Amino acid sequence: MENKAIRVKGLKKSYKELDVLKGVDFEVEQGSIFALLGSNGAGKTTIVKILTTLLKQDSGSVIVNGFDVSLNPGNVRQSISLTGQFAAVDEILTGRENLVMIARLRHLKDPRQVADDLLNRFDLTAAADRAVSTYSGGMRRRLDIAMSLVGKPLLIFLDEPTSGLDPEVRIEFWQIVRELADGGTTVFLTTQYLDEAEQLADRIAILHEGRIIVSGTLSDLKKLFPATKVEYIEKQPTLEEIFLAIVGKKEQK
Amino acid sequence: METIKNYFFIDLSVMLGRSMRHIFRSMDTIITVTVMPVALMLLFVYVLGGAIQTGADNYVNYLLPGILLVAIANSIGYTSFRLFTDVQRGIFERFHSMPIARSAALWGHVLTSLVSNAISVVVVILVALLMGFRSPAGVLSWLAIAGILALFTLALTWIAAIAGLSAKSVDGAIAIAYPIHFLPLISSAFVPTRSMPGPVRAFAENQPVTSIIETIRALLSNRPAGHEIWIALAWCVGIIFVAYIFAMRAYKRRA
Ligand SMILES: Nc1ncnc2c1ncn2[C@@H]1O[C@H](COP(=O)(O)OP(=O)(O)OP(=O)(O)O)[C@@H](O)[C@H]1O
Ligand SMILES: [Mg+2]
Repeated sequence: MENKAIRVKGLKKSYKELDVLKGVDFEVEQGSIFALLGSNGAGKTTIVKILTTLLKQDSGSVIVNGFDVSLNPGNVRQSISLTGQFAAVDEILTGRENLVMIARLRHLKDPRQVADDLLNRFDLTAAADRAVSTYSGGMRRRLDIAMSLVGKPLLIFLDEPTSGLDPEVRIEFWQIVRELADGGTTVFLTTQYLDEAEQLADRIAILHEGRIIVSGTLSDLKKLFPATKVEYIEKQPTLEEIFLAIVGKKEQK
Repeated sequence: METIKNYFFIDLSVMLGRSMRHIFRSMDTIITVTVMPVALMLLFVYVLGGAIQTGADNYVNYLLPGILLVAIANSIGYTSFRLFTDVQRGIFERFHSMPIARSAALWGHVLTSLVSNAISVVVVILVALLMGFRSPAGVLSWLAIAGILALFTLALTWIAAIAGLSAKSVDGAIAIAYPIHFLPLISSAFVPTRSMPGPVRAFAENQPVTSIIETIRALLSNRPAGHEIWIALAWCVGIIFVAYIFAMRAYKRRA
């Protein structure tokens, strides 16, 4: 019985001269929320693209839902869905048409019903028959995520899903992700917001200079931080401080 | 993989439905690919036609083949633009991460170009009939005309695909349309080439559009198309072959 949704070993990728991934290892449990943290240009999107069969790795093994991404990309695509860094919605179609289109491409029985349910769930029913070009950023992102849920994929990839969303919509979005995980879906998300990982993730991995420099649960990571200092107020380290501390240490070496 | 193959045509029809909606919801596209060629035809027949000596007794008959090519050429910038936006907006990435045939997304655009051009060609021919266009051509000739127009469309579509898939900006993507718009203007579309000065005439007589127009003109008037038809076919097939290779290369690089 396979209980890992993702297994990545020795993953390497470079764009011409630039070595982006220099040997990345991590595993994601089925049904969990996994957050990949990293600053701009760390290679988060590159990892997502390799895991979703959009990009070929130079070396290393990547197994998604039991299938090797380079040997059986077709099988991998059957069980995943991707919400890319920038909302990939059709601006000219309406929200409903976007959902129906994806449902038809996933060869579902009743595309209109599937679309109606998702519109309802994502609070888009009122705007369902308007062209997406008239949507706000938040609505667009909600539609984007709704499109990723069509056909109930086992594993969903969310690449910086909350960049560009206002705080309220972000919290709304976190709720959606929690519901997904409660329903048994595995969620792989990348983010630059450390509080987002802190809020959502069962496990967190930090990508820095081409490697996962640390991974574990939030409390694992907190242990890595130097003992809390007693000043006027005792303050728990935030993930941000952990991140900066680790990055700082590595760079001193 | 078996299931993916069985669904290829269903997926293609979803892609076609999507881009056809894009076309029907864009006034700009409809105007450029049908209204503009029709207006051009009205202008040439009713304003300039009286002064043009073609040797044919009916100027609409002379003009129609060129107008059809203008209509097709006008659509090419839009094909390029639609491809570019799909790449840019990440729509192709979404499709490519789904269990559908990789090429369905691209072929959807190619099919859309064929279908939408077929529609505008029919509209232009209907207007031409109202304006007095008549042809003794039989079914076989019409089929041959449809085939040549389809090949011409494919040739331009694959050129548009190269531009749309490799451009860095919207302007780059649609820039491909400008030189193509010029080809029918410097050809035998509106006036016979013999009235043109030497170098222009040499260009006009040896570029692909003239041979295609002459072929269609011959087919429409039941004259033998002679060697023009082979030159026209060679141009179309040659362009399709080369452009397809480069477009596919750009597609693989992008996707
Ligand atoms: N197609 C490409 N060709 C060349 N270099 C690339 C390409 N794609 C990405 N890169 C480079 O690889 C590095 C990693 O990029 P990637 O998009 O994976 O980072 P990221 O962690 O997702 O960053 P961000 O947080 O900004 O989204 C960057 O330096 C980027 O410039
Ligand atoms: Mg990124």
